[in-house]
Amino acid sequence: MSVLETVLGHYDYVITMFLMMAGLYIVVASGNMVKKLIGLSIFQTSVYLLYIEPGKITGGTAPIVDPAFSVYSNPLPHVLILTAIVVGVATLALGLALVARINEAYGTIEEDEIFDRDRES
Amino acid sequence: MIAFINVALLTLLAVVTVAIVRQRSLFAAVILSGIYSFLMASVLIVLDAVDVAMTEASVGAGISTVVLLATLHLIKTTESRSVRPRILPMFVVLGTGAFLVWGTLVMPPYGTADNIIHKHVVPRYINDTIKETGVPNIVTSVLADYRGYDTLGETTVIFTAGIGVMLLLGGRRRRTKSGQDGRSP
Repeated sequence: MSVLETVLGHYDYVITMFLMMAGLYIVVASGNMVKKLIGLSIFQTSVYLLYIEPGKITGGTAPIVDPAFSVYSNPLPHVLILTAIVVGVATLALGLALVARINEAYGTIEEDEIFDRDRES
Repeated sequence: MIAFINVALLTLLAVVTVAIVRQRSLFAAVILSGIYSFLMASVLIVLDAVDVAMTEASVGAGISTVVLLATLHLIKTTESRSVRPRILPMFVVLGTGAFLVWGTLVMPPYGTADNIIHKHVVPRYINDTIKETGVPNIVTSVLADYRGYDTLGETTVIFTAGIGVMLLLGGRRRRTKSGQDGRSP
């Protein structure tokens, strides 16, 4: 297989890994807690792509049974990720509630300022 | 043509992600993450995951954005501090990313029909769903019928998260009502 074919066939995976690492970078490098949670949800979304990409079949259709079609894409990853999306928004809401509570107690959501305040007291 | 649309949408996703990483205004970052979710929903439609795309558009782009904006209203700040470029996280992220891309090279390329994951339980679901459940949409029949217990567990998770949010934010209203403003000076 030529290099170009490999690159085109795996373009989805490369972008998925890029999104995953961008999310990880936001979580690690950004000190702002809302930004960290946005990064975390980017990481989560990249996992959706990682699951659903291998399920696609070229020439297949959405997995809804109809006499007009015979090739369907794999429905199992779709089911798993449907659950993951809903759980993802639940964890995001819980994390944001914690951020609001931290902001109430410390008056800031910047990580280094919170550490400074902890050291003072 | 569909493959071209897929590549274009994925490239747009990467561009929006770079914008989110570089953005200092939290409001702009939240709106960009809404755009990101809609692009993700479009990619999912191209990948034939129509149910997931609908959920992503309503939950990811709708509810998540609303919850994030509500938080911005509560914390009353819209700017994050400028991030000084950090060498160590960048190094770790690039290293891990290179390893992950190397790992995906052994995966079958996009759209392969004789991929091993299409061989095991999936043909049974596709062939028997009408006979056993009467639901033409296979995703629905697996979610609500074959794997109904998983969905029950999912609702338990949402219930627990809801209780957690209520406990964290409900106490706040009580404290401000009794006169002591919990906010630090």
